Amino acid sequence: MSIKLEEPLTRAAVVAPFDVEVIAAPKKEARALRSPMFWLTCAPLVMVLGWALFPSLFSGFDPISGVPAEKFQAPGAGHWFGTDHLGRDVFSRVVHGTSQTLLTAGLAVSIGLVVGTGLGLIAATAGRAADAVTMRLIDVLLAVPGFLISLIIVTAFAPGPISLGVGVGIASIASFARVVRSEVLRVRSLDYVEAAFMNGGTYWSVVFKHILPNSCGPVLALLAVDLGVAILAISGLGFLGFGSPPPTPEWGLLIAEGRQYLASAWWLTTLPGVVIVAVVILLAGLGRQLHKIFRL
Amino acid sequence: MAAYIARRIGQALLVIWLAYTLVFLAVQLLPNDPVTIFLSADAAADPATIAAMKAQYGYDQPLLVQYFSQLAGLFTGDFGYSLASGQPVAERIGAVVGSTLVLASSAFVTAVLFAVLLVAAATLARHAWLKRLIINLPPLFAAVPVFWLGLVLLQVLSIQLGVMSLFPDGSFASIAVPVLVLAIHVSAPIAQVLLKSVDNVYTQPFVDVLRAKGASPSWIFFRHVLKNAAAPAMTISGITVGTLLAGSVITETVFARAGLGQVVLQAVTAQDVALVQGLVLLTATAFVVVNLAVDLLYPLLDPRILKSGTHGAPRALVA
Repeated sequence: MSIKLEEPLTRAAVVAPFDVEVIAAPKKEARALRSPMFWLTCAPLVMVLGWALFPSLFSGFDPISGVPAEKFQAPGAGHWFGTDHLGRDVFSRVVHGTSQTLLTAGLAVSIGLVVGTGLGLIAATAGRAADAVTMRLIDVLLAVPGFLISLIIVTAFAPGPISLGVGVGIASIASFARVVRSEVLRVRSLDYVEAAFMNGGTYWSVVFKHILPNSCGPVLALLAVDLGVAILAISGLGFLGFGSPPPTPEWGLLIAEGRQYLASAWWLTTLPGVVIVAVVILLAGLGRQLHKIFRL
Repeated sequence: MAAYIARRIGQALLVIWLAYTLVFLAVQLLPNDPVTIFLSADAAADPATIAAMKAQYGYDQPLLVQYFSQLAGLFTGDFGYSLASGQPVAERIGAVVGSTLVLASSAFVTAVLFAVLLVAAATLARHAWLKRLIINLPPLFAAVPVFWLGLVLLQVLSIQLGVMSLFPDGSFASIAVPVLVLAIHVSAPIAQVLLKSVDNVYTQPFVDVLRAKGASPSWIFFRHVLKNAAAPAMTISGITVGTLLAGSVITETVFARAGLGQVVLQAVTAQDVALVQGLVLLTATAFVVVNLAVDLLYPLLDPRILKSGTHGAPRALVA
């Protein structure tokens, strides 16, 4: 990841050799990459990604069919998060549910990123009228709470992970569009953009070669934070029963199922929730650090 | 001032109209009309029933007629009819909205008070470690799912300690705990923005002057800094209306309270597009009205806004 991000900054340094701030950027970035905090944030997130990709490496228990004789076991050395009413290992269900939750959240964030970046670019580069129209559109998206946008989609297309992801994604368009717009407005007033135009660059070549790569920092930071927000929204809607149907181990659904056994088995609701909180906090922390790395 | 108010109200109406139009278009873009979607829950609906129901609810009219008659309805408080119950949407929502409004508004007031207290504690803390600890609370609150916090509190308070009943019984705890759960979640963004804005105000020279004149730290914070830092926090408070609604629905479900949450769950489960459409429009209207109120309160808080358009506050024409 680091190499891909470093490239546009170095290119910027070459284009504008007298801009001290731009030259200093790669160095500060390298320092941030060496900081232990950055790796302490990344390591657990990489592990969660591993849960999503290779769940069976992290837990030997079957997430769907349990051992009835071992039902309602409290957390311990054998079953880290205990077992549920069917004797299924809760930790294994959390691990196997990661891919479902991350895929839905990933779908949501990609929609927000792609459509939001498009709208933000149009607003910032295609003239004043386009800006006014796009920003009003974004006002409307902000005025209809994301929760309700998801509800419309889920109602119209029947509950399921895809309608959930699309709904949450539409809700996140506005924040991406705003960040991209303000960032592009900042970058396009810089000297090297003018230089690129003078060197004969067309609108599209300048936008894609210079403006977009150099405005990606804050967008990347938002991406991390928004992934956390999407996970929260999706687990909330999953809790209400608007996501995947029951046998699937989705994080929100896991907690909703444990709700019936609140009195006898606290671990069914509490421990999967701790995982959600930890992942969202780590993503927010990653977003803060990316922000620090890019915004200098 | 009059020009500022007129401009803000015009923008608010524009946003409501756009929201209505977008929702209308989105419903038209669906592969099926609301009646067919609603009846698809049953086994093979009879075409005559579908046609009769479409005629009853006006879905057989030309699109433009539907568009304008529904739009005209909005201004008279007519949000159409629920497909599932046949009741007017406004009536269906009006019957339960009171309980949700009580929950949401008490949670909102608690959240604002809580955010101010948190920021005051962080600013006035004598020890650096305490300050660091308090500053890290809002990001934590933002990361905690409402339903999980509610369930954990239920688990601890009513099952372990037995100080609260599992179902709403009108006791103080059964009212206060849901409000608290929602307020903690909503206070996070407000506290984060207020913290940042308070830090900005502290860099201004007038604070040094106050200090030099011998004002105590708490006097400076409550009498001078807080007032100057309030504008961005007010903006974000207006924006939390959406979070407040989603949070209310989830909180009501967790604590088995009556309210909008039930209507939302039923509407979605029955695929009642008309009811959800009404819910969306009502919330969008509530959101726009609250934010309009915030915008109109700005000049009272900070008369400078009418003179110059800086400070990230709404750009206004000179009145």
